[in-house]
Amino acid sequence: MINKQVPGAAQAVADVFDGATVMVGGFGEAGSPIELIHALIDQGATDLTVVNNNTGSGEVGLAALIKAGRVSKIICSYPRTTNSTVFPKLYRSGATALELVPQGTLAERIRAGGAGIPAFYTPTSVGTTLEEGKERRTFNGRDYVLEYGLSADFALIKGRVADRYGNVIYNKTARNFSPVMAMAAATTIVQAESLVPAGELDPETIVTPGIFVNRVVMVADPAHESALVAEGVSYP
Amino acid sequence: MSDTRTTPGLTRDEMAQRVALDIPDGSYVNLGIGIPERITKYVPEGRELIYHTENGLLGMGPTPEPGMGEPELINAGKRQVSAIPGAAYFHHADSFAMIRGGHIDLCVLGALQVSERGDLANWSTGGVDAIPAVGGAMDLVAGVKSIYVITQHCTKNGEPKLVESCSYPLTGPAVVDRIYTDLAVIDITAQGFQLVELSPGVSFAFAQERTGATLIPIPQDPTTVKGE
Repeated sequence: MINKQVPGAAQAVADVFDGATVMVGGFGEAGSPIELIHALIDQGATDLTVVNNNTGSGEVGLAALIKAGRVSKIICSYPRTTNSTVFPKLYRSGATALELVPQGTLAERIRAGGAGIPAFYTPTSVGTTLEEGKERRTFNGRDYVLEYGLSADFALIKGRVADRYGNVIYNKTARNFSPVMAMAAATTIVQAESLVPAGELDPETIVTPGIFVNRVVMVADPAHESALVAEGVSYP
Repeated sequence: MSDTRTTPGLTRDEMAQRVALDIPDGSYVNLGIGIPERITKYVPEGRELIYHTENGLLGMGPTPEPGMGEPELINAGKRQVSAIPGAAYFHHADSFAMIRGGHIDLCVLGALQVSERGDLANWSTGGVDAIPAVGGAMDLVAGVKSIYVITQHCTKNGEPKLVESCSYPLTGPAVVDRIYTDLAVIDITAQGFQLVELSPGVSFAFAQERTGATLIPIPQDPTTVKGE
């Protein structure tokens, strides 16, 4: 019998190893798997390469992981957000490296990584400083830049509802990068607000099919980053 | 932010209103953060526009009433928004397929600088100590069918933002179609900055003085220039 449910966030992230590449779903606070990230902080893995659109805010969730010194490199499109104070300090000191990727290129690199496509050409960034060092090729009279697919050892994802097969649906704009990250990681870990019996989710509405998911953990009442930041919470 | 009129030209809200007049009924539109967002307030009666926000929503609606918003229903600027009846959610790769694949009709963006060949600089001042952050700007200018810029004609220090060649790092080369400023509406043409319209009370000389490149005057018969 297939049952991807694990009892808690700690068990779900127990095997994340030092030096791992970890994709973290979310755009700002929407879809940020805070409880899984906090479990990862408790677990202690370090020298991580993190893939996320941003760098977190305040001192909770992704920002707390960065602040704890666990992230040696971040791959993102927008490391500047209101209340993002942790990353700038570590970036300027050289403690955390940054690979800046245009947002659509980031999404497509992750999608490609999960879809068995090693590289692709995109018009984005042609003629800009972010094209430097990349191969350019002309198709039908227009220039394109070669970008490589991106995969990961782990993905941490927040969903709304999941089942034991790992089928997931999301909540509104919390979906963002999560479906492609689930495809691109060797081990995809989902925290969901509710777990339902297999068959309860309408197959027509499933966003992430269970084949892309390895572990599901229920976090019934997930914290919201903005609420924690407003309360001045600093994790741990 | 208060719009105080100290010199001739449009306020930010009037600029947004001016852009709104030019967006055809039925357009799929992506609005940048800041002044572009004000355009939604001025869509003329009877026109229906669908707003795309690159974090995965087509059919973005107005800002919710205080206390009615949801932390997981936000726009690209990470502010809480609403979804209109008929809206759709999707993941990031699909969202940028809409953008890069040429499915979005119009994007209205702010600018640090625009060159006379339509180069746009709006993501970085290139400062040594600045944390670089690009977001979706380079994808938008590479893929959306029309790119409009809405910006003050000059910086706070009075430097022209419309220039012969951008000194800031580019978001994209030759991507801008039209510029709306407090002083004028300007098309990018093969010849350079083609003046389309001056704001009330603004003379050609006044606008030219504040532009870092040659402004081509409005032709006597405007029908002769359309489409370069």
